[in-house]
Amino acid sequence: MTAKTPWVPSIGRLLVYAVLALAAVFFLLPLYAMLVTSFKDAQEIRSTSLLALPSAFNGAAWSSAWSSACTGVDCNGLQPFFWNSVMMAVPAVLISTVWGALNGYVLSLWKFRGSDTLFGLLLFGVFMPFQVVLLPMSQILGWMGLSSSITGLVFIHCLAGLAGTTLFFRNYYAAIPKELVNAARMDGASFWQIFWRIVLPLSTPIVMVTLIWQFTNIWNDFLFGVVFSGTDSKPITVGLNNLANTSSSVKAYNVDMAAAIIAGLPTMVIYVLAGQFFVRGLTAGAVKG
Amino acid sequence: MTKNSFETWLPKLVVAPAFVLGFAFIYGLMAWNGVLSFTASRMLPNYEWAGLAQYERLWEMDRWWVALKNLGIFGLGYVGGSLLLGVILAVLLDQKIRAEGALRTIYLYPMALSFIVTGTAWKWLLNPGVGIEKLVRDWGFPGFSFDWLVDTDKAIYCVVIAGVWQSAGFAMALFLAGLRGIDDSIIKAAQVDGASLPRVYWRIVLPALRPVFFSTVMVLSHLAIKSFDLVMALTAGGPGFSTDVPATFMYTMSFSRGQIGLGAASATMMLATVAALVIPYLYSELRSKPHDR
Repeated sequence: MTAKTPWVPSIGRLLVYAVLALAAVFFLLPLYAMLVTSFKDAQEIRSTSLLALPSAFNGAAWSSAWSSACTGVDCNGLQPFFWNSVMMAVPAVLISTVWGALNGYVLSLWKFRGSDTLFGLLLFGVFMPFQVVLLPMSQILGWMGLSSSITGLVFIHCLAGLAGTTLFFRNYYAAIPKELVNAARMDGASFWQIFWRIVLPLSTPIVMVTLIWQFTNIWNDFLFGVVFSGTDSKPITVGLNNLANTSSSVKAYNVDMAAAIIAGLPTMVIYVLAGQFFVRGLTAGAVKG
Repeated sequence: MTKNSFETWLPKLVVAPAFVLGFAFIYGLMAWNGVLSFTASRMLPNYEWAGLAQYERLWEMDRWWVALKNLGIFGLGYVGGSLLLGVILAVLLDQKIRAEGALRTIYLYPMALSFIVTGTAWKWLLNPGVGIEKLVRDWGFPGFSFDWLVDTDKAIYCVVIAGVWQSAGFAMALFLAGLRGIDDSIIKAAQVDGASLPRVYWRIVLPALRPVFFSTVMVLSHLAIKSFDLVMALTAGGPGFSTDVPATFMYTMSFSRGQIGLGAASATMMLATVAALVIPYLYSELRSKPHDR
């Protein structure tokens, strides 16, 4: 490697840092403004600047956002929506990940005639605008008795995520050396034995990517949530939107901001803890192996 | 012998549910939606054939044209803005920067948030009474005005700002990954030949990133066409229907106006646009790939 350049900043380098810092400010400003606002009271929001720190850490807006703010006629805060999202996301993420792993395993290591074509057709599901499925889907959910239920949402998210999770696993498994699998087959290992003993132990990174990717997508979904959920099954994105759009004479911006942070917290925590997997998911979704 | 034939069938059996359900979900519902768009469905779906009547209505509606125009503005601004900012940040971050990891994390975190959260935050920042306008006025510029969010002609640009804020980091991540894949020695060699660094990037490095550029445009533009949440959270299509996009148009017609046939027709138009964009891309991606090693 080249020796470290001595710390003598040239004009060019200073400029590079200045632009990068400016960009960091642009990206951080909303989060900062949300945080400081969520700790102010209504009076302080009006009298102080957007960027001013709160005079005291006032958690009232947070507890209101969590348990007593009104969305329409209900005044239970975001809490019920939050748990709805948990109950929706956990099974949907697990099912779609396992399903994608099995599909990817077959499509990369047990190819059959036409499997690539079938996969290509499935891939369009990653890009399809879901507006196209909304109307027929609401009829199907009605027939199945799953309208306005969390089970119905889990069902849709599994179907909607199928193409993506299959894509992730297929591309990842395509890099497993064929010789490894062939040797195991020679030794008489079965389809399932190869999956359990050889493929799955190699899968930790892609399982992480898929879990995080699916969790982010499903937790953040609004379209299916707003169309298919009922009174008791609305996910947190819908709850937040209703809360922020509830028309009342005085807008409680501190509560809105606390609510927005609560709604974004799970995916933010995951991003901070496992950002590399999230980024790999982003890039894997965009650039096919 | 029986075991053998079972073993050959087993893989197909395992993927069968995915293909049956997946195709029913993708192509079955697509076709069903298409059929609905040719019916006279209103509050409830009915299957009375109406030919192209819904499409004729659709293209005669001012509101649909507003939605299309907004999609054009939003699409260009969102894709162009994210791309430009993303390239700049990626190139600058590629200069062996201290604290690169921290900066990358900062640029990319909005992507982890939902558009609803992003929209809620920006709705407040862009609110003339309490947000950025008030901030700048308090700084001593009482004449400063930034009321795009409530301005019929400019509200869609607010959606662009929030969208770029959300997605520029994504473009940056893709370009940075591409830049890291380029051999350093090419840059060194060009510099030895006397080319300045900006020139090397402009002439050699960025052109080499064409595939990344293409993928990013593809992903961002299909996101732009599907874009629904951000508009709902930021403006809910308003003021009036001035920030409607096809996705919010489809939602309003289908679920609050009782115009299911019209909603289905607009969904079909969205599908056609995405398909025109994505199918050639998918086709070339899958074909050019060396499948079998």
